[in-house]
Amino acid sequence: MIIGEDPVLPGALEVATLGMTMRFGGFTALDDVSIRVAPGSFHALLGENGAGKSTLVKCMMGFYHATSGQMTVGGREARIADPRDAHALGLGMVYQHFTLVPSLTAAENLVISRRDTPAVIDWARESRALRDFMAAMPFRVPLDQPISRLAAGEKQKLEILKQLYLGRRFLILDEPTSVLTPDEADEVLGHVRALCAAGEISVLMITHKFREVTAFADEVSVLRRGRLVGQGRVADLGHADMAAMMIGTSAARTPLPRQGAAGPEVLSVRGVKARDRSGLKEIAIDALTVKAGEVVGIAGISGNGQMELMEILTGQRPAQGEIRVAGRPYHATRTEAQALAVRYLPEEPLRNACAGRMSVAENIAFRSFDRNGAASRFWLAGGQMRARAAQLVDAFKVKTASLDAPIAALSGGNVQRAVLARELTGEVRLLVISNPCFGLDFSAVAEIRARIMAARNAGTAVLLMSEDLDEVMELSDRILVMSEGRIAFETPAATADLATIGHHMGGHA
Amino acid sequence: MEHDIGLWGIPIAILGGAIRVSTPFLFVSLGEVLTERAGRINLGLEGTLVFGAMSGYATAVLTGSAWAGVAVAALAGAVFGLVHGILCSLPKVNDIAIGIAMMLFGTGIAFYFGKPYIQPVAPHLPAIPLGFWSDLPQLQAALQVNVLFVAGLGLALGMAWMLRATRIGLTLRVVGDSTDAARAMGLRPNVIRTLATAAGGAFAGIGGAFLSLYYPGSWNEGLSSGQGLMAVALVIFARWNPIACFGAALLFGGAGALGPALQSVGISSGYYLFYAAPYVLTLGVLIATSSPNRAMAGAPGELSITK
Repeated sequence: MIIGEDPVLPGALEVATLGMTMRFGGFTALDDVSIRVAPGSFHALLGENGAGKSTLVKCMMGFYHATSGQMTVGGREARIADPRDAHALGLGMVYQHFTLVPSLTAAENLVISRRDTPAVIDWARESRALRDFMAAMPFRVPLDQPISRLAAGEKQKLEILKQLYLGRRFLILDEPTSVLTPDEADEVLGHVRALCAAGEISVLMITHKFREVTAFADEVSVLRRGRLVGQGRVADLGHADMAAMMIGTSAARTPLPRQGAAGPEVLSVRGVKARDRSGLKEIAIDALTVKAGEVVGIAGISGNGQMELMEILTGQRPAQGEIRVAGRPYHATRTEAQALAVRYLPEEPLRNACAGRMSVAENIAFRSFDRNGAASRFWLAGGQMRARAAQLVDAFKVKTASLDAPIAALSGGNVQRAVLARELTGEVRLLVISNPCFGLDFSAVAEIRARIMAARNAGTAVLLMSEDLDEVMELSDRILVMSEGRIAFETPAATADLATIGHHMGGHA
Repeated sequence: MEHDIGLWGIPIAILGGAIRVSTPFLFVSLGEVLTERAGRINLGLEGTLVFGAMSGYATAVLTGSAWAGVAVAALAGAVFGLVHGILCSLPKVNDIAIGIAMMLFGTGIAFYFGKPYIQPVAPHLPAIPLGFWSDLPQLQAALQVNVLFVAGLGLALGMAWMLRATRIGLTLRVVGDSTDAARAMGLRPNVIRTLATAAGGAFAGIGGAFLSLYYPGSWNEGLSSGQGLMAVALVIFARWNPIACFGAALLFGGAGALGPALQSVGISSGYYLFYAAPYVLTLGVLIATSSPNRAMAGAPGELSITK
């Protein structure tokens, strides 16, 4: 502590940002954002993926150094150069994934996270101190169990307790409920709210669940594309208002021009059930059909089962139920995909659709290397593979140093183009796409969307899952909304109403 | 024979054998526990063991002091561990590959420098005659407990305490279980792992000194019969717990003594099969503790084989 500095007062802290701006090269991730978290208040930070929520809190915690803007803690200006400074001021953060050490007990985790852990730990004394600490808390966690045996909700509670144990008085919670069941989420957030009400802490919570905002938060700030687009007391705002701020009604995109009408049914999904990624919730798709020459867009806030649906369709996730393509049962084997001309563009294509260390030419040949016209082949035709790759790299404007470069060396947009080149070549009856333009620059986005549209006009059935509502609006003929692992709403794109869609995305029908 | 105790000779011989044979197992496995608890696997401990045996023996021959030999063996082991640790701290270096290289390097260099020490006789480490209360010579022989065995027991207890109740111990476990959590706490995982590997190497070196300075008690190229490698299996068997390591080392030692014990009571046919007992036990342990779909309970999360 610097001599002459006032000690940090006990109790909840007031924290505010003033004109926080963060640029990465030419990209503005955060543009002049000012928010104030009053002492003892529960403030929600709402926004879609990529809206700048994480950038803002990383600037506040000192992980990033903001390009411009200031911060005040407890009403006085604070310079935070790294997370240590933030901790010293009483600022703490609970991350989306757990930072507890799985094989250590709760007590061991708490003691070792302290900065002044003694060389020899007197467990009798520490246990007494921990018991006293726990007794003063509104909720408890078993202290002598290894973390790996605790349920997700208990772990999240312990993460919060750890921050309090370390003397933090302002907490940033980064989507604290993403790994919890709804009941666990309610319990944890209820306790956090009680701590705020008791004046122990102030909280800034990143979320994209409206339900949690209305049920627990006092105030809300909404970010969209790096800008603060709305702010207010939760009591004064409805779901529709928040959805409108989050999605933005000003520049609603209209569907792109298209030709031709929908043909016969290509993809039909009936009564499909599977566990979600956390293993706690269920994905259940009662009925979903996609016709030839039609784009069906699935909108939804991330984490509502879109990723799992994609994995079911690509065969990466076991599921019960019936999937048919062109009337025939489909189990996503390579043979079936080839026979029925099903192609995929999954999200994170480098991980889900490429072998990173193999060359661009080899990756482009994944669909065709063992085909010789209609027959199969044993010996690879290296020359043909290269020639085809060269032609596709050219046609899809993939920027690569050479055809032999490992595909992992390419930028995200170029990996995306290379996979799209592979998947859109030849006869394609069904194309399943997930977030095709995530993280791409403007020109790449326009080009990839044009190619998807061209495939649709040529009679391909397209199933598009995207967190970008603009993209869904632009490309789709029909729009479905996915929420809590189910299809909650369906509307033709031509007459789609943004507010209604936003309402269903927020999980309130 | 004056003291013919018949078949009782077998358990007594196994007990004595277990105490004698287990010490190198114990030291190597304790060293490996330390290394693996920090998140690295050092398969090179076999090489460290052999080099420790050679350097310890040579030092004892040259200085006339068996304890000087133990000290030099520990130092040599620490250097081996340090090399392994530093190499593995480099990006994209695999600890298992380095371990195998270090194993071959350690045995090779020990044979190279050890040639002149096959003939000379070194002083032995002292033993404590814990069998003084009995007048059975077999029991007295079996209970000749070496000082290093007692030290190993103390080390096992000390390590168990350290892992539970000291900052160093907890830090080690944090680093071994979650690199991310360790970084978030401001620890430097690579430094801690390197130091743990060096300390583990020192233990293995002491185990080697026991081989050449007590039992069998001479230096030759066939001195180690894979104890250093079996100790790695033993660590898994003992679930990375130092006290369980002590029991497991006794068990492996007893299995190793089965062949000689049978031979000593005159069973001469097929006893070579019983010499294979420790290896069969190793295989059995690995199969029994394996699982197709989960990482082993108790395994440090950062080990390259359990990830």
